[in-house]
Amino acid sequence: MAFQIPTVKYSGKINQVPVGAKKVLLGGQTAYNFHTFEGEFPNKPKIALDVWDYDPKDEWPAALVEAFQGVTGDPAAWAKKCVEYGADIVVLHLKSSDPNAQNTGAAEAIANVQKVLDAVDVPVIVFGVDNKDKDVETLAAIAEKFAGKNLVLGPVTDKNYKQIGAQALAYGHTVIARSPIDVNLAKQLNILLTGLGLPLDKIIVDPTTGGLGYGMEYGYSVMERIQMAALVQQDDNLQQPMISFFGEDVWKTKEASLPTAENPQLGDAQCRGVLMEVTEAVAVLHAGISVISMRHPASVKIVREYIDKVTDGGAVSGGLPEVPITKF
Amino acid sequence: MALTGIQIFKMLPGTNCKKCGAATCLAFAMNLASGKAELDACPDVSAESREKLSAASAPPIRPLIIGYGPTATKIGGETVLFRHEKTFYNPTGIAALINDSESDADIAAKVKRFQKLQYLRVGLNLRPELVVVKGGARLAEAAKAVVDNSDLSVILYSEDVAALKKATDALAGKNPLIGPATKANAADVAALAKEAKVPVWLKAVNIDEVAELTKTLTAAGIKDIVIDSGARTVKDAFTDSLGIRRAALGGNRDYGFPTIAFPVEITDNLAMQTAVAAALIAKYAGVVVLSDLDGASVFPLLLERLNIFTDPQRPMTVVQDIYPINNPDENSPVLVTTNFSLTYFIVSGEVEGSRVPSWLLIKDSEGLSVMTAWAAGKFSGDDVGMYVKKSGIADKIKHKSIIIPGYAAAILGDMEEELQGWKVAIGPREAAHLPKFLKEFKVS
Ligand code: SF4
Repeated sequence: MAFQIPTVKYSGKINQVPVGAKKVLLGGQTAYNFHTFEGEFPNKPKIALDVWDYDPKDEWPAALVEAFQGVTGDPAAWAKKCVEYGADIVVLHLKSSDPNAQNTGAAEAIANVQKVLDAVDVPVIVFGVDNKDKDVETLAAIAEKFAGKNLVLGPVTDKNYKQIGAQALAYGHTVIARSPIDVNLAKQLNILLTGLGLPLDKIIVDPTTGGLGYGMEYGYSVMERIQMAALVQQDDNLQQPMISFFGEDVWKTKEASLPTAENPQLGDAQCRGVLMEVTEAVAVLHAGISVISMRHPASVKIVREYIDKVTDGGAVSGGLPEVPITKF
Repeated sequence: MALTGIQIFKMLPGTNCKKCGAATCLAFAMNLASGKAELDACPDVSAESREKLSAASAPPIRPLIIGYGPTATKIGGETVLFRHEKTFYNPTGIAALINDSESDADIAAKVKRFQKLQYLRVGLNLRPELVVVKGGARLAEAAKAVVDNSDLSVILYSEDVAALKKATDALAGKNPLIGPATKANAADVAALAKEAKVPVWLKAVNIDEVAELTKTLTAAGIKDIVIDSGARTVKDAFTDSLGIRRAALGGNRDYGFPTIAFPVEITDNLAMQTAVAAALIAKYAGVVVLSDLDGASVFPLLLERLNIFTDPQRPMTVVQDIYPINNPDENSPVLVTTNFSLTYFIVSGEVEGSRVPSWLLIKDSEGLSVMTAWAAGKFSGDDVGMYVKKSGIADKIKHKSIIIPGYAAAILGDMEEELQGWKVAIGPREAAHLPKFLKEFKVS
């Protein structure tokens, strides 16, 4: 007898958000991610790679630095490299603007955005440092300067949504609404932003993700609950595509940069961080995420193949990165 | 539909004969209702009641145990589709596949390496626990090489029932999961499993055939069944796993068993196997089988498993204690914060990322975050000071400096009063600023 998967009755839909000048589409699904047997899944999740506005080679693990050898000091060359590596989206992190670090100003930020926009034609996310005042200073100026480019600006929080939201609205950009691992706070911030007049196709939600092994489950379950509210309970204040920035957490861990010889039980140092990134990527993708922000090109290759095959079916392609077995 | 204890009680003999181990029929009924007992324990229940009760009282997904000793792995027993709806109980078993064509010496070396893949994390020992031994002619010898050289538990993989029998005998007392039972051999595998009292896995040609095979095995008296739907593509593996879980929770008894998935038979590439396993740990597999166990792949999967199978309803706290991070010594800085587990994870993650060897003191604050705990008086200067004194940290360090969270800056005065001779420093408000703070911090 033929088996029928018991299907879910969906009543909602994730709003479709076009980003960048080329209008790459995010969201739009009418079922949980990859549930192609019971709903529409028009836009596969997108993969973003990080670019920093200063050279992080002294801070980043060797595996990452090697992958971007020669370009980490130059946002334009770095962004190009990301696209070469298959990134759908580039995230320009305005790390140098952190008041606790170099505290560079809006002029520098604008110059770096310009460099990246000139170098690549994929959508660009311009990301601040999660400092409510500093981000207003840089992102508001960027919004105005790049009017009509449909940049994605973030993070916008309940502390600065008015200033950044208003600028995004005035100059035609999209925002990333970040709230701290809580369904109601995510919803609240959405209501505040739409209250400003920001249209639903201009908001992406960042519900905040914990790192793998560092409380990932809290963010994971908040994502699943948001998807459930959006698709099954038709809560139209939660129907935005979601983004997850876990690459940062993964590469910050001690394990991501420990040399192989120091702890061979943890396997090859080159591979370990990549597979931590891949593991968390796959988990959050199944929890409903539409854009993942990662750091390593090998992760992009593996996760892209995963997304393609779990969506479309078919056999796994060749040419994927190999995992060397560490003997000890 | 689950029955209440009282409803069950009405169907029991009512003699309070204690043969089931419970003091009274009512006590036994209550145990049955909460899943703590099995109906089989009562020898006197009528056939009619038995039928009604076993249908109603069995959990939607059969729980069962594979293996023995420290690697005995309980799978199944799940009751929800999303962990936030209750919790996921039994973590997915992680296995590597070994062919019996490999020499005993190679197998011994491999499983010794697998056994060393153990990681201590927040007081828990994380490790992969299973090996699948596949083949025929040398199945028993290969399986023996696994248990003689490691404490890993075994899943046997051979359609040759004679080979399976020999290997099952060789693993007497080690409770292997044996199979696969297929349409061709199900009756023989069932007979073998019944005699050896071990669980069975079945391999269907597709998800439709699963029901036919579980029916055959159940009719033969087998209860502990693990399902392989036969899926060998990424998409089918995910969709079948989801379909089986939904069907089981919807009351479809033919699919009410834990599953085993074979990323190793989907692709040779271990990186992609890892991705598939990551999906199936979150989405319902009982066991995932990889081509090899290597830290680069297994460690991330173990972390994911730890996270996904954490009970979302338990109070989100970590144990009050001294947590050494990055191998601290007597000159390393000391930080104190609350025992809300998210606070702990974020703070310890940042400290770890800073590479600065440090001592992290976790003070019981009833699971509240710093700001809330301080506002609720659960993180007062006297309290924290007193805890620092009795924690024993003074014996581990040569200095008397301690860093408090920026959001609890107000407790500084009371704390210094309680901790005579100590210097209390105010740390940053946001954990993200800890690395910079620690790098610049000097103990005194
Ligand atoms: S064995 Fe059966 S009849 Fe005897 S006390 Fe237990 S439930 Fe009652």
